[in-house]
Amino acid sequence: MTTSEAAVRERLTRALQERDEEIADRWVELQMEQALLDTDIGEAELREEADALIKALVPGLQSGVPVDRVVTSTPVLYEAVVGLSLRRARAGATPTATSLAVLALKEALLRAVQRDTRDAEELFASAVFMNRLLDVAGALSFETYVEGREEIIRRQSQQLMELSTPVVRLWRQVLAVPLIGTLDTARTQVVMENLLQAIQDHEALVAIVDITGVPTVDTAVAQHLMQTVNAVRLMGADCVISGVRPSIAQTIAQLGIDLSTILTRATLADALAAAIKLIDGPGPDGDEGDGR
Amino acid sequence: MALPGESILASRGTKVSARAQSRRPPAPATYPVRTEEDLLTVRHAVRAATVEVGFGLVDQTRVVTAASELARNAYVHGGGGTVTLEYPHEPSGRRGLRLIVKDDGPGIADLDAALTDGFTTGTGLGHGLGGARRLMDEFTVRTGRGEGTVVVATRWTVR
Amino acid sequence: MTGQPQPGVPILRLGDVLVTGLLNELDDRTAVAFTEELTERISAEGARGVLIDISRLEIIDSFVARTLMELTTVARLLGARVIVAGMRPPVAITLVELGIELVGVETALNPEQGLAALGWRQAPQPPEGARRGTAR
Repeated sequence: MTTSEAAVRERLTRALQERDEEIADRWVELQMEQALLDTDIGEAELREEADALIKALVPGLQSGVPVDRVVTSTPVLYEAVVGLSLRRARAGATPTATSLAVLALKEALLRAVQRDTRDAEELFASAVFMNRLLDVAGALSFETYVEGREEIIRRQSQQLMELSTPVVRLWRQVLAVPLIGTLDTARTQVVMENLLQAIQDHEALVAIVDITGVPTVDTAVAQHLMQTVNAVRLMGADCVISGVRPSIAQTIAQLGIDLSTILTRATLADALAAAIKLIDGPGPDGDEGDGR
Repeated sequence: MALPGESILASRGTKVSARAQSRRPPAPATYPVRTEEDLLTVRHAVRAATVEVGFGLVDQTRVVTAASELARNAYVHGGGGTVTLEYPHEPSGRRGLRLIVKDDGPGIADLDAALTDGFTTGTGLGHGLGGARRLMDEFTVRTGRGEGTVVVATRWTVR
Repeated sequence: MTGQPQPGVPILRLGDVLVTGLLNELDDRTAVAFTEELTERISAEGARGVLIDISRLEIIDSFVARTLMELTTVARLLGARVIVAGMRPPVAITLVELGIELVGVETALNPEQGLAALGWRQAPQPPEGARRGTAR
């Protein structure tokens, strides 16, 4: 660290401590002016964020960490930037607006420094330092924003998946899951979880998985179906697959997928008939007699 | 500054330590695997860790089972070793649990075979590696003849 | 949480059926001891069926799975049919993802249904051996 950088740090720290109100006011004002924040984040909230971030900058500057690492290695500062960005992401601001909002702090800060000194060289050094310091915050803000949105999307697709796999009770001790759409790994996990829990809750003996709404059955889908059937069997219940259309039956045969150990039926009605027969059979788990 | 493209292991370091002070995820902890009893201790520790991270019941079971497989491998095939638990974080709030299972055993000569043929039916031995891999989101193995084995496996709360 | 092996899992006898359970903390020694004791009891008492309640198991890894498969095989060789009852849903999901099929092991939803499948029925017997009362 050169002596001039030390001086810049000191000057900035003093500005942040002595002119904190002024900087926060100006920063909030700039963000309102940018009018990019087409969200319901109010002025009071902006002001609160500003106060927190300005306060957090002080220990960062005093830490002696190289300027381009100050934001990421000062916990309280890092949290302030991340928190701000996530709130914007949730409130529906654009990533550009979010980054620009963070970068607007530079202008507010520089103005405060300008009131303490008119020395061109010193102002220039301060500006360069602030750019290095806050560009990192802008980038972090952008990255956090993107991750935050991805998180929201992940949550939503998870919720959608859970909504789209209802387990219904068709008969005493007979449950059914109508599958609509494809059956990938994530979906299979949700189906298994819901189905097995329902089997336990209802003490069901047969579970019907209806694939009428599944457009194609390839090796991966077949494997996922097998997994579901196996899990149902481990619970001590039987599994019937229904809704096997002729075209799907042909595909399964052509792919050489072995579903021979699984009871399959063309329609849900046929499957229900088979299920009732299984329950009314001699053994309650369908595995009658002492096969030896 | 961690950019999205960097490897997870390399980039999360600063973030974890930065967050450690504000939300205090538990510090990484290492457990020995030298006796049968140690296997149970590891299982208890991993179960507690999955609860701490906030996994649902099925994910808890997945992670504890994977840990049990890996720790047993280290104990049986590696002649003992250690299990370290880490708590990776993403700024978005996504949390995870990372298992680092090390042993100084003979190493795995044919890793591909150990991973593909991973599961045991009947009385066969099997390394349980392939199975454990299916239970976790991220899974890497570093091994070689005479070099011991390090398995790093992570599961995230929301994928 | 002392990790001490639990000595002697109780094995009850109901007619020609042996009823027992597995504890969560199953280690090698306990597993071997348990298999040995059960094998002796089957042969000594001429049991025709064995019901193993696993509803307390919070995980089944490949070691526990292997123990269950071995028990089933040994019992079958001695002329007894084994039913494993009460597997928890998360355990079942994890097992199939792990790639373990529990080859040859019969399962039941709960001990009562397992006993019914083994031909040990309560009197008066409901029409198809189905459970009554608690169905929601």
